Amino acid sequence: MNIIKYRNLFFAFSLLILIPGIIALFLWGLRLGIDFSGGTLWELKFKEAKEISSHQIQQFLTEKGAEVSSIASTSQDTFLIRMKTTDEQKITDFKTNLSSTFGQTEDIRLETVGPTISKELTQKALTVVIIAILGIVLYITWAFRQVPKPASSFAFGVCTIIALVHDVIVVAGIFAILGHFFKIEVDSLFITALLTVIGFSVHDTIVVFDRIRENLKTHSGFSFEEIVNHSILQTFARSLNTSLTVVFVLLALLLFGGQSIKVFVLALLVGIISGTYSSIFNASPLLVVWQNFKLKGIKLKFKR
Amino acid sequence: MPKRPRTLLFLIIALTIAAICIDLPKFKFLGKTFSHLSINTKFLKRDLEPKLGLDLAGGVQLVMSADMSQIEAQDRDSALASAKDIIENRINSLGVAEPTVQSAKTQGQYRLIVEIPGISDIDQAVATVKKTAHLEFKTIKADAPPEATYSAQPQFFESSGLTGKDLKRAAAAPSRDPQKPGYVVNLEFNQEGAKKLDEITKNNLQKPMAMYLDDQPISWPPPVIQSVISDGNAQITGQFTAQEAKQLAIQLNAGALPAPLKIESQSRVGPTIGADSIKKSIFATAIGLFSVAIFMLFYYRLLGIFAVLALAIYTLIVLAIFKFIPVTLTLAGIAGFVLSIGMAVDANILIFERIKEELRWGKPKHDAIFSGFDRAWSSIRDSNVSSLITTAILFNFGTGSIRGFALTLAIGILVSMFSAIIVTRTFIRVFWARQ
Repeated sequence: MNIIKYRNLFFAFSLLILIPGIIALFLWGLRLGIDFSGGTLWELKFKEAKEISSHQIQQFLTEKGAEVSSIASTSQDTFLIRMKTTDEQKITDFKTNLSSTFGQTEDIRLETVGPTISKELTQKALTVVIIAILGIVLYITWAFRQVPKPASSFAFGVCTIIALVHDVIVVAGIFAILGHFFKIEVDSLFITALLTVIGFSVHDTIVVFDRIRENLKTHSGFSFEEIVNHSILQTFARSLNTSLTVVFVLLALLLFGGQSIKVFVLALLVGIISGTYSSIFNASPLLVVWQNFKLKGIKLKFKR
Repeated sequence: MPKRPRTLLFLIIALTIAAICIDLPKFKFLGKTFSHLSINTKFLKRDLEPKLGLDLAGGVQLVMSADMSQIEAQDRDSALASAKDIIENRINSLGVAEPTVQSAKTQGQYRLIVEIPGISDIDQAVATVKKTAHLEFKTIKADAPPEATYSAQPQFFESSGLTGKDLKRAAAAPSRDPQKPGYVVNLEFNQEGAKKLDEITKNNLQKPMAMYLDDQPISWPPPVIQSVISDGNAQITGQFTAQEAKQLAIQLNAGALPAPLKIESQSRVGPTIGADSIKKSIFATAIGLFSVAIFMLFYYRLLGIFAVLALAIYTLIVLAIFKFIPVTLTLAGIAGFVLSIGMAVDANILIFERIKEELRWGKPKHDAIFSGFDRAWSSIRDSNVSSLITTAILFNFGTGSIRGFALTLAIGILVSMFSAIIVTRTFIRVFWARQ
């Protein structure tokens, strides 16, 4: 199997996912959850379930002065209500009103985030992302400080980071699309998922690059392209098997786990699949592209 | 590291047994109840009970900001501290297992973060916490019509100048007056309060004095001033029940705190969904572990058995560490743990693939095993460091569930390195290499 030979095909496949994602990010952006935008999220169960529609509840609450932005029914008698930040007193009033009209209710969860806190959280999230990326970049520079010729540790580092950015954009892009069409929101756990994906992506790339580094030392007779391709194939089973086990456990969590972390788990799942793909099909072929560019440059100089 | 794999094997077995002793849930066998250990020494105390976060136990988290605009800058810290005290007292009166109140000061904001896990009546809990407010004693206006004295309508009252700041404490007590059985509330004012009260009682004898908490009258109709009080010790005799008197005392005590608290954000999880989440998480984790085990057995056969054994030991040790530290488990924390299962296997896969490769190159088994572990180590170390960097950053900058996730993932990664390198290697050396 020659992965390097078909590298443009693999790059094209990445672009096929990246471009719609980037467009979605620019057009719609991510749908921010109440962590970042502030607001109230109220999941409510009607114990004496009659036929109640979300439209009915929306109308009812709006009449009572609630600023409802959306209502979705999560199961037959359970509704997820999104409102502007609403204080405790008002919620209690709404609850009393709802109970007296539609029968006994039970709070499944109620989350309110005020504007100052959401602003702080957003700032914090941005700081964390920046620090994490800086930390990872520093680490990569250190991890690849010794790479035998003809490769450069700079090229190794840059390719790792390109793979990492690829994964972040894939996850963010897919969630921008999901947010637009399925109203899936991102919260601070989503940022956590992104950072974990970054960690994983680098983890995966390092395993392949580590092998390239080793083979460069031991197989000096082969061309760079051959060595890279060989290293990818050698680590292929490992990369795939590791991802499979992680995908298994994440799928188990997604299908059977707790409701409130499903978006988080989905983000991890998308990111880890993307991370495996990018480390095999993007990062290492990019090294070759880089190397070829450099060689061309040298040849051109020679001709003059 | 001991040279002899057998010694290591015994150490691993001992460690596993210790972990099992910690992990054990309560169970009955042959009529006797067995349970996990608990540590109770002078230096170290651990009950080793599993700690559940809000989303699993159900309960409420409140982030409240204190309005410090009326308080002198140098008094703000102590005002926050007393707010914390008062809130703690009130929550403790709810009788929940492990409530926590933290104070936090960020960017000029004074906040209290209250967590009450495992409470069934969240509405009541929030109401109790929330009532912390500004207390004011009001007297009847001079220009109020005389009948107002008896009907005691709120619009005829005005501030007397006596506030919660002047109140030291209030306490419910059984009445000593046989004519008026039931409970009373005793009020103790500070020096300044006593002076004010002396003045007020002189000017308003036989007139009502209303108490307002957050502009809401409490104990309506208001008590009537029976005599001049100059020593700062007052008593409200309303023939209360014990419950009423206690509630009034709590409200008055809360009012002794002059910085009004506002709920800035809250998160409530109903008890049913918490229990449901626990069930789901245990099931999902089991399915995850099981499918990974099946995969490893199917793909690596004999080597897979060692990996599965190492994975089992890994799980026991991680759970024991969770109980020992103790880590408060949340849904995100469980996700971190489950994710680390995948990573634990990763190290094994790296090693096994390497061993297979070396065998393919025609190396004898013993050498293949040796160089498999040796060569895979740099990959395992380098690649795990990047994940550990991420978890460290998440733990330092995150809050709540993010920290939980980072912590469980980090513990998982560290233990996974131990289990992959030491546990699996020992098994392979003892049971496979010698064949």
